[in-house]
Amino acid sequence: MRAILVVAGNTYRETIRDKILYNLVLFAILLIGTSVLLGTLTIGEQSRIVNDLGLAAINLVAVIIAIFVGIGLVTKEMERRTIYTILARPITRVQFILGKYLGLGFIIVVNIAIMFAMFLATVWLSGNAIHRSLFQAVELILVETLLVMAIALFFSTFSSPILSATMTLGLYVIGHLTSDLKAIADKSQSQLTEVVLTTVYYVCPNLEFMNVKGQAASGVLVEAVYQMTATAYGLLYAGLILTGACLIFQRRDF
Amino acid sequence: MDAILIERLTKTYQPMWPWERPVTVLADVSLSISRGEIFGFLGHNGAGKTTTMKILLGLLRATSGRVELLGSLAGNVASRSQVGYLPESPYFYDYLTAEEFLCFYGKLAGLAREVIQRRTAELLERVGLTESRHRQLRKFSKGMLQRIGLAQALIHDPELVILDEPMSGLDPIGRKEVRDIILSLRDHGKTVFFSTHIISDVEMLCDRVGILARGKVLALGRIEELVKEHAIQSVEVVCDGVVGAELPDVQSLATRIVQRGERCLVILSGQGHLEQVLAILRQAGGRLVSVIPHKNSLEDIFLERTNRKV
Repeated sequence: MRAILVVAGNTYRETIRDKILYNLVLFAILLIGTSVLLGTLTIGEQSRIVNDLGLAAINLVAVIIAIFVGIGLVTKEMERRTIYTILARPITRVQFILGKYLGLGFIIVVNIAIMFAMFLATVWLSGNAIHRSLFQAVELILVETLLVMAIALFFSTFSSPILSATMTLGLYVIGHLTSDLKAIADKSQSQLTEVVLTTVYYVCPNLEFMNVKGQAASGVLVEAVYQMTATAYGLLYAGLILTGACLIFQRRDF
Repeated sequence: MDAILIERLTKTYQPMWPWERPVTVLADVSLSISRGEIFGFLGHNGAGKTTTMKILLGLLRATSGRVELLGSLAGNVASRSQVGYLPESPYFYDYLTAEEFLCFYGKLAGLAREVIQRRTAELLERVGLTESRHRQLRKFSKGMLQRIGLAQALIHDPELVILDEPMSGLDPIGRKEVRDIILSLRDHGKTVFFSTHIISDVEMLCDRVGILARGKVLALGRIEELVKEHAIQSVEVVCDGVVGAELPDVQSLATRIVQRGERCLVILSGQGHLEQVLAILRQAGGRLVSVIPHKNSLEDIFLERTNRKV
């Protein structure tokens, strides 16, 4: 565990010194700008739109960080050859991967927490009520981001940064369309189409399962069982992907 | 127990496509390095030196053969706990300061905080970077990076130090500093395994040397033994006041005669006819200036071996 934490600490420091938290300034401008612009709308609409935009912005910024920092976690170490001196130490490759994941995971948690705090402040300052549903939505945004980060890390253990980013983005988009794919498969006349789309439905992560932003923006709570199932699904899926990343990474030559 | 034991090590890269040929970068390499020894691994670029080192450290997997580090099989985590490694042309985390950098590697080695602080201060002093300890590595010159890299390899006071081209990119002062550090490691009973293609480094530092070319060990042993074993001596006689070409006996015994004004240089293929030639030169009224016997250097052996076998 010690080795994992040392690598995680260094990953955290690297990401911070890469000035990744500057995105928060952008986020703040976006949020404040939005609330000022929407200040003229009626009270009910303003609340829903501010919630909607705020949650969407948190989700977008977090996923962008997860993908674009996530794909560099391992590839950057290999390109710069810094990995040689790390793996020449008494540390296993699994510890290295988990340390990298944990380090960026911590950045994501801090980032989402700050963005959410800024978002809640904006909601409060614009005179709207803070619903409990917003907390539910942001928790699932965090789970989804951790899953996307695991996918980015997985691809980066065996492919180039550009390919990793493309594949992760592709999987992210498919992950939000899996229900539609299933519906198309059910209605399809071609058996091949049905088999392919059903396979994609079962293999790809169902990211839409973790999307409750629409309900949350209107102040509608999701059931606790749904919240827990979606959380467990996301974390288990991330665990599975990370296991795959470790298995591939262990077989690599440097 | 040997510090390093390599038995019949082979590394072959399998091609991606069936129509491509497999590439063997190490073929049946065997060598052992005793504890407390400085061993130089000499070879051209691409000879397989770095590959051997990476296999020792578990960065690459061997296709076949047995590799042990301090009694543990290479690739085991335990085998690396007493090993320090400096890769060739190292790139480090350039956002860290020199002090943070050494602290990070100290933590990775599992050292206690107080030990890390003490060792960091000691090593920064030893590699001459104390004044730059708060500077980020991105502002370091190549020589400074090489020195901080050496410091990270030594942070946990390892028994075995593996250095891949440690002198590359250094100016003469930097090279001398690295040489001094390597020699002081031997004084402290450490084993040093380093690769280089600079022969003078090997001659100055090493107890034993291995010559590698195209993945094969071509020579292995103590430098004196290798030089003796392959010695093809020649003798240069410099004499004033004679014209060598006018002395038929000297001409028949010498391999080459060079005349520059009054001075004559006679090169003999060995010591066998030296006395005879000296006597002829004296008789002809020559004044002897010098007699220099030449032994084959490690460089001659390296060039001879690598050119002949490759």
